[in-house]
Amino acid sequence: MVDCSKTCLSAIDLTLWRGPNCLFEELSFQVDAGSLLLVRGTNGSGKTTLLRVLSGLTRPETGHVQWCGESIEKTRQAFTAALAYFGHADGLKADLTVTQNLEFSARLYGRSGEQVSGLLKALNLSQCAQLETRYLSAGQKRRTALARVLMSNATLWLLDEPVTNLDSVGRDYVEDRLREHIAGGGLAIAATHEDIRLASESPDEIFLGDDA
Amino acid sequence: MNLARFFAAIVRRELQIAFKRWGDLVSPLMFFVMVASLFPLALSPQHEMLRNLGPAVLWIAALLATLLSLNALFRADIEDGSMEQLVLSPYPLALALFGKTVAHWLLNGLPLVVLAPALAVTYYLPGEGVRALSLTLLIGTPTLSLLGAVGAALTAGVRQSGGLLALLVLPLMLPVLMFGARATDLAASGEQISGPVYLLSALFLLALSLLPLASAAAIRISLD
Repeated sequence: MVDCSKTCLSAIDLTLWRGPNCLFEELSFQVDAGSLLLVRGTNGSGKTTLLRVLSGLTRPETGHVQWCGESIEKTRQAFTAALAYFGHADGLKADLTVTQNLEFSARLYGRSGEQVSGLLKALNLSQCAQLETRYLSAGQKRRTALARVLMSNATLWLLDEPVTNLDSVGRDYVEDRLREHIAGGGLAIAATHEDIRLASESPDEIFLGDDA
Repeated sequence: MNLARFFAAIVRRELQIAFKRWGDLVSPLMFFVMVASLFPLALSPQHEMLRNLGPAVLWIAALLATLLSLNALFRADIEDGSMEQLVLSPYPLALALFGKTVAHWLLNGLPLVVLAPALAVTYYLPGEGVRALSLTLLIGTPTLSLLGAVGAALTAGVRQSGGLLALLVLPLMLPVLMFGARATDLAASGEQISGPVYLLSALFLLALSLLPLASAAAIRISLD
């Protein structure tokens, strides 16, 4: 059984090579409930790959990832139920409208149509709710994908460049939600090369690549 | 949300997308209709010969049309990141892929089943033969979709995988083609068809029970 009193994500001795490049070697860390970890590094240093390993999409060469003390391979269902993954790709269907895309997620998470339109308003997307996502700007697509994370009720957020392409209002909104999420006992790991400001003390950071 | 509603949500989304992309749907069907209707025009118009060739030509055209439609099955989902979301959802990936496969059959297989009797007329197939053709296509095309889904999942991470996909799944599709065409042929000459039909049904049930799991395993490898 998973002991949910000790909600934490731990990486244990992760090593991953891509071709001749070692992205990370024997990397270990732990993220506890109510904390944020920033993954830093230059372009191509393996931030996205690390998030994919932490989500279970990519298998590391050595080591493993544990959720609440159990390997995520073994507790995949409990782990994925607690996970919201905000990937490098937005995961939106270009042929469907913003609303149609989010209705699908809303159905998965058991959210009502009103909650969806409330989120669209908060993310400043109401104007383009009936537009197919192929016509959206990069920032609007990011916002739509963020809406999915925000409606998920997940404990663990894995965010890949959550504020890139967002305007300052959007950034503030994301930082506010992130702060709320963490204050509510959630965990978040964000790969970013931009600063994410939280009001409290500065978050933990790990560095990938040459400057490690 | 329970599994049935998840499944329904997947099928519904696939159909929504497909109806926005009519062109992609129509071209395999056009191919089927063109191949099947050009044969009687190009061959000499002897009833006897057309009736003998009909079952094979119609089944081959249906198989190739299915093959044409498979390439795009999971490609878009992997490129736009939707597949990652499905893999990381708490619902079984095999069920999600099965939903996509069912949608694929509804959009590509079912129209073949519906169109085939009309085309069978041009081959002078008797009523028995037309019924057998519809029946075997109804059992055979879902099997082809399920087989194709495994191939599409395996080749999803490979660029320009069209040829590779055909090479992988064509040998597995051959029994379906053989039993399907054979049963139609037997029926057209007034004989019993229960043997090949039972074998086709067995293949379908085997595919239904195992292949969604194989597709899910293949997708996890393709995404790694």
